[in-house]
Amino acid sequence: MRPPRAAVKDAALVGSDALGHLMPMFLWVTPTGLIRAAGPTLAKLCAGGDLVGKRFLDRFVVEKPHPLESMADVQALQGQRILLRLKEGPETPLRGQVQPLDGGQGWLLNLSFGIAVSQAVREHRLTNADFAPTDLTVELLYLTEVKEAVMGELAALNARLRLAHQDAETRALTDALTGLANRRALDRDLARECHLAARGGVGFALVHLDLDYFKAVNDTLGHAAGDHVLAEVASILRQETRQSDTVARVGGDEFVLILRGRPELRDAQAVADRIIRKLERPIDYDGTPCRISASAGICLSSAYPVPDPEQLHSDADEATYAAKRAGRGRAVVAMAAGGPGAGSGSDAAKWIAGAR
Amino acid sequence: MHGLVNRSLQTFLRDTYGTALWVSVAEAAAAPVSGFEAMLSYDDAVTDRLIEAAEVALGKPRDAVLEDLGMFLVSFEPLRRLLRFSGVDYVAFLLSLDELPDRARLAVADIGLPDLSVDAEGPAEFVLTVGPGHPGFRPVFAGILRAMADDFGAFALVDLVDEASIRIDLLEARFAEGRAFDLAAPQRKTATAAGGAA
Repeated sequence: MRPPRAAVKDAALVGSDALGHLMPMFLWVTPTGLIRAAGPTLAKLCAGGDLVGKRFLDRFVVEKPHPLESMADVQALQGQRILLRLKEGPETPLRGQVQPLDGGQGWLLNLSFGIAVSQAVREHRLTNADFAPTDLTVELLYLTEVKEAVMGELAALNARLRLAHQDAETRALTDALTGLANRRALDRDLARECHLAARGGVGFALVHLDLDYFKAVNDTLGHAAGDHVLAEVASILRQETRQSDTVARVGGDEFVLILRGRPELRDAQAVADRIIRKLERPIDYDGTPCRISASAGICLSSAYPVPDPEQLHSDADEATYAAKRAGRGRAVVAMAAGGPGAGSGSDAAKWIAGAR
Repeated sequence: MHGLVNRSLQTFLRDTYGTALWVSVAEAAAAPVSGFEAMLSYDDAVTDRLIEAAEVALGKPRDAVLEDLGMFLVSFEPLRRLLRFSGVDYVAFLLSLDELPDRARLAVADIGLPDLSVDAEGPAEFVLTVGPGHPGFRPVFAGILRAMADDFGAFALVDLVDEASIRIDLLEARFAEGRAFDLAAPQRKTATAAGGAA
């Protein structure tokens, strides 16, 4: 049993104007469901006419916790958070609570916009003055705006950092003069290919390529001519390899190729032969023809049960020296224990038996 | 110092006096010529060198340079809007200045603004006390207060009185029509607007 209330007069202590200042979105609904008074902000929302004297259920739709069909059922909503919306206009969602007034004077509802406040402020052109000084709604709007600005800055910063990172990464893996891969990129790629080959991949060919007679070009025509020749060499190497291959410059006149997906000896030989033939065409530098050639050493990943980058480099190097000893301008295939046999038919390729 | 502060100085110098001046100031201050990142932190010494270099390049006293920076900041619409959230008129704005550092922290937690405390010495006389922190903040606040008076349409005298405070004499609360302020944020045009502003 509730204690009896003697507070009929209490309701009169606060006039509707004062109530409107304290709660700009209040509604006073009579026991028969008519709106007796409304806060100024709520009145502003209902631009379709004065709320006072209208039926509450004609102007508002109560949706949660359950639809309200008749004012007779309103007591069930007391003390709960109710979700409702305007019946006309932009159907702004509202939240609020309902409490009974003493002395059978009806019901007092206090409403707010809830989380959809930004939209409501825009749709109803609300201002600072439409919110009670105790209400933090304006701060919520402030935070929303600040958050967007800060997120925008962070997104822009992230984009700039990502570009700078990509740029630095590219530079760290590129030979500045020729734009080819550098030693770091080669080490990374070769380690990856060895790993893949050991796990049953198709395999690859490693080609070491040393320029012949390049020092003579540098010594007689100068470094600018040398740089020009190196750029031409890089261009030829790009033309004669696939996009998926690695072409690296690893020293002054030393280049290394990883030919992917071509485990056959004759493929690697054909590539090396074609490159050497092209390199032997005179390269024009300011009207002076520069003549170079190259010696190549080839080894195949398939010649090793478990290909090891150091072993491959060392074997390809030996093959390269063998090519130089054999008169330069040719490609030589390294023999590794258990490697493929010779006799592929290429003139330029010679099988060096027992090189190790 | 927070990157936002350095970035403000950078944008102020570049937009007001041109890229050439900014480049010469940045070089004199050994600051990054390409600019500061608003969301990173920098050594305080860079900020001090920047202010000093700007003082020399513009041939203006330090306080005048920083007051101009404060006024420039208010001309930046997003920031003007954030300041306008604090009050319905200039007096309400002044009286809410105590909250400003907290509001700034809501936006950027490590922004590092000094504490502010405002006292009404009469119906139209206010004193803003600026707490310990970088001495450059006080003249910047003076510039902001001056520009915000215009924004609200008020007529006020704002003076740096001593090392720690600013005096505001409100001669007329509604001297002119202030600039409009709509609680609803202007509709964003494109997602790249933020990037373009940078």
